[in-house]
Amino acid sequence: MKRCVIIGGGHAGAQACASLRKEGWTGQIILITDEDSLPYHRPPLSKTYLQNQVSAAQLLIRPEAAYDKDDIDVKLNTRVDKIEPAIQSIQLQNGEHISYDKLLICTGSRARKADCMGAELGNIFYIKTLSDIEKLSSTLTSSRTQTSQRIVMVGGGYIGLETAAVLKKMGHDVTIIERESRLLARVTAQSISTFYHKLHKRNGIKIFTDTNVVAFQGKDTVSTVLCEDKVIPADIVIVGIGAQTNTELAKNAGLLVENSGIVVNELCQTTDVNIYAAGDCTIGIEHHSGLATRIESVPNALEQAKTAAATICGKHKPVTAVPWFWSDQFDCKIQIAGLNTGYDETLLRQTDQQTLSLWYLKQGRVIAADCINCAKDFMAAKKIIAQRIHVPSDVLTNLDIDLIKELAKLTQPS
Amino acid sequence: MPEITFVDFAGNETKVDVPSGTSLMQAAMENMVEGIEAECGGSGSCATCHCYLTTDWQGKIADPDSNESDMLEMVTEQKDLSRLSCQVLVSDEHNGLQVHLPESQY
Repeated sequence: MKRCVIIGGGHAGAQACASLRKEGWTGQIILITDEDSLPYHRPPLSKTYLQNQVSAAQLLIRPEAAYDKDDIDVKLNTRVDKIEPAIQSIQLQNGEHISYDKLLICTGSRARKADCMGAELGNIFYIKTLSDIEKLSSTLTSSRTQTSQRIVMVGGGYIGLETAAVLKKMGHDVTIIERESRLLARVTAQSISTFYHKLHKRNGIKIFTDTNVVAFQGKDTVSTVLCEDKVIPADIVIVGIGAQTNTELAKNAGLLVENSGIVVNELCQTTDVNIYAAGDCTIGIEHHSGLATRIESVPNALEQAKTAAATICGKHKPVTAVPWFWSDQFDCKIQIAGLNTGYDETLLRQTDQQTLSLWYLKQGRVIAADCINCAKDFMAAKKIIAQRIHVPSDVLTNLDIDLIKELAKLTQPS
Repeated sequence: MPEITFVDFAGNETKVDVPSGTSLMQAAMENMVEGIEAECGGSGSCATCHCYLTTDWQGKIADPDSNESDMLEMVTEQKDLSRLSCQVLVSDEHNGLQVHLPESQY
């Protein structure tokens, strides 16, 4: 019987199990994860789960019974040491070898660690896994003497902002430190950064931009964060300074790895004929922009896993979906369609202070949109990008025009 | 516990007992009902848990909020009774509810 081995139990790994069966894989499937849990939804970790609104069981992407039903052999708490493509085999940390006919790498990424002085002190946390959140959560609840903790969030990206918002709602005193001159500097235009800066300020979060952390100080646990020009007292520090892809296994196996991503084509094939890869750990040519891109998002992990499963089963289902992202902070939902890399113009479509979309154009064509509290614009943007519809600028900014109805007109065969 | 019936596009029924306060999406996932993807895990961001309610339940279930209504405007196979199943919370009065699933999510 043929055997497909999946390394990594994140969103991509979980999806691949289901998709392989759906695409007709009748052989064995082994899912290997180094975590202590079946694959779970990560985005709620820093939100509903941290606030105790959902249980760990409710976080599961699929219940245990679904793996039984699909006859998936799940190996929890198991690490892979190496991949040996020449003999189509992997070696586990415990020395055991498992041979494969097809191998799917879904190793994702890990939180980038702080490397300044004092980074090893206690009460410094990361936001990535269930166990990360459990550690943070138990520290928050064990400090009974003080219900409100002074929390310093290092990093003003989406993960940092989401977590900061939740901790503030839980009653803590939250300070965000961002190295760049504005929040979300790497991923959005100035106006969206300004929107989020104001949102967090309005909700009582302190923000320092253009600020580098020099050291964490304290005896056993952190007590102050030393920056170039200030010292910030802290009971708890959370580091959210981005992710590092887990590409070591692939690299050591001789697969092509570029710009921190395992190189895959539109069918999620790597440079080895029996090895495929999906999710955050990959880099490939994004269908709509034509750019070699690493896309760190749940939707991309799912799309690539579906494609990889289809390819493994001898079918042709290239990834063509428009990349998209979302983030929930306080009462604001941002939905992002497309990739804004290389934009040369932005257009703002704003209904009121809380409802707006920012459209990114490249040579007059929409390539991405950041939509805050306006799902309608988001849905329209996905369609515009997917079908390369030319929408005149004055239509995009005219609030009297319903974009969805306008699109129906623009796409009507003439 | 309210009993909810999921009906897939081919007409196959799955009956499940759903604790009050659970979303239809969560109930479907936990009971391995196919035809609901729920990519975003229930945050109302992706519109991949689209379902249809039936006319006899109109008015007995809280209406969609503006975010949900906006998303529903552009789902494929949209109908008057379209909902995002992650946004519909089951309560005791919903015993006997039927939830139909669109073909596009298979």
